[in-house]
Amino acid sequence: MKKLTSIVLALAMLLSAAALFASCSKKETLVVCNWGEYISDGEDGYMDVVAEFEKKFDCKVEYVVAETNETLYSLMKSGSVAYDVIFPSDYMVEKMAKEGMLAEINFDNIPNYKNILPEFKGLAYDPEEKYSVPYFWGTVGIVYNEKLLTPEDLATVENAKDFEILWSENYPNRIMMFNNPRDAFGVALKTLGYSQNTTSEAEIRQAAAKLKEQKFLYYMDEFFTAMPNDSLALGVYYAGDYLTVAAENENLKFVIPECGTNIFNDAMCIPKNARNQTLAEKFINFMLEPEVGRDNAEYLGYSSPNAAALEIMDEEIKDDPVAYPERKDSWEAFRDLPEETNALMRDLWAEILTDNK
Amino acid sequence: MKSKKPLIPYAIWMAIFVVIPLIMIIVNAFTDKSGAFTLDNLERIFFKDPTLRYNFLNSLKIALISTVLCLVLAYPIALIMARQKPSVQRLLHFLIMLPMWMNFVLRICSWLLVLQPDGILDVMLRGVGLLSPGQSNPLYMTETAVVLGIVYNYLPFMILPIYTTVAKIPRSLYEAGEDLGCSRWNVLKKIVFPLSVPGVISGLTMVFVPAMSSFVISMKLGGFALMGDIIDNYYKGTGGDPHLGAAVSIVLMFFIILSIALMNRFDKDDDVVLA
Repeated sequence: MKKLTSIVLALAMLLSAAALFASCSKKETLVVCNWGEYISDGEDGYMDVVAEFEKKFDCKVEYVVAETNETLYSLMKSGSVAYDVIFPSDYMVEKMAKEGMLAEINFDNIPNYKNILPEFKGLAYDPEEKYSVPYFWGTVGIVYNEKLLTPEDLATVENAKDFEILWSENYPNRIMMFNNPRDAFGVALKTLGYSQNTTSEAEIRQAAAKLKEQKFLYYMDEFFTAMPNDSLALGVYYAGDYLTVAAENENLKFVIPECGTNIFNDAMCIPKNARNQTLAEKFINFMLEPEVGRDNAEYLGYSSPNAAALEIMDEEIKDDPVAYPERKDSWEAFRDLPEETNALMRDLWAEILTDNK
Repeated sequence: MKSKKPLIPYAIWMAIFVVIPLIMIIVNAFTDKSGAFTLDNLERIFFKDPTLRYNFLNSLKIALISTVLCLVLAYPIALIMARQKPSVQRLLHFLIMLPMWMNFVLRICSWLLVLQPDGILDVMLRGVGLLSPGQSNPLYMTETAVVLGIVYNYLPFMILPIYTTVAKIPRSLYEAGEDLGCSRWNVLKKIVFPLSVPGVISGLTMVFVPAMSSFVISMKLGGFALMGDIIDNYYKGTGGDPHLGAAVSIVLMFFIILSIALMNRFDKDDDVVLA
């Protein structure tokens, strides 16, 4: 009896699996791998972008999420995944292009590419405009809690020349730093007056020594709870995410120091092993539609490089100096670093975290 | 002979989720980026990298302190539990298990709310005048806070095995000891403790092993990295070195196996004495 039941169950499972495949094969499928919370999903009255695309092109979108550029890279390198559209950041686009992991995009299929502002085209990570279409951009800056800072520090931070205030002694255990080597070293290097893309061992060691001088709370997503609940006085984070926490706590302010900062560009790319490049190009083109671009930008708070979307965007968001600041020459985008430099940072990072006492 | 068929799914499961990953770690630990055999990773851990060596010793120190503290706290609790009415025992058992139904990261995050500046502890200490307004407790972001977090997290693993062995000791043994003129202290020392050694041993193992490889707790409550966080650092990211990460895990595993073997020896010896 038991045997019979199990055979019946197994058959039922097989049949349902087969049914699943059958229903899939009717429609075209697109596999999109994005970052978490990085697309308008129908909340707050904005467009459900994925559903809208599925309806318009009568296809099925398989939407998956990766955590960081590095995980996306290792997933793709392992060969166990085949995505059609990915959203890597500038330096990762450069690395993937260099290693032949990206397909050349056929821009004839992306007429909306004309909507992208010229200053975001042909940037150093993809100078020939072959592999990527800009999605969002943003900056890194000091986030501070007005209520918790001393008047002198408040005056200093409002006209911050560099990130030095993060090394203040006035706020023990209340200052956060990025919990990833690339961003943290970037902040320290900028404060020391060096390039964030330096490959000089001496400069990087100096930056590591600088990071060790302060006992930071090394945070990433913890930022979203610790910053608004007043337990942090100072921190450094991405502008778009600052706008999210600022909505919860009006004492939080954001400033980009004069010494410059990291400006990042996230782009849409098609991996070389994509199964459906034509549909992927349709998807990218769809993301550049003015209404889609606007809803994504208004919902997420990140800065849009899409001129057509900006035109129809809420004035208040468009004029927000945090989301759409005046760009300065001292701002630097991350470049892909040589293997030895990355390894050096990784070793020093282990040292910094071990000695953070 | 009994059929071995029911074991087959279990064996497949073990092969996929235990043996294969283990082989991958071992292979990684003894190879370099090009895949050639090397002992460099191990050499680096033991001789060349002061950070890794220091981190290892620090993890060992914190794990040992936490394990001893767990034992000191857990033993009296287990004794008191074992002396209650069965219904009370069941309730206490349930209460000790209760926090373990929650994810441990979540529980550590609640400790964060207690310890952080202007957190629950600060408000309480300021209320009773132990801290002046604006002052914060000296515990947050220290090794002590990490030990606290580990003890809190693994205490049930010490209490429960000790309680199980102590509860099985018949009352008549206590009475016999007292009848023959033993002080209560001597009853504890000469009768109860020797009989509870197996529980103590398994408690020690169950606390020491995860404490030694603990991660997240130290970063969240102490701000610094222990061995587990270092493995994480080397496994992910650009410039990461999974080969070194694997070698660190192997060294850690070796020490854990060694400590289990040592403790098991004690266990067996005692069995012989009791028999």
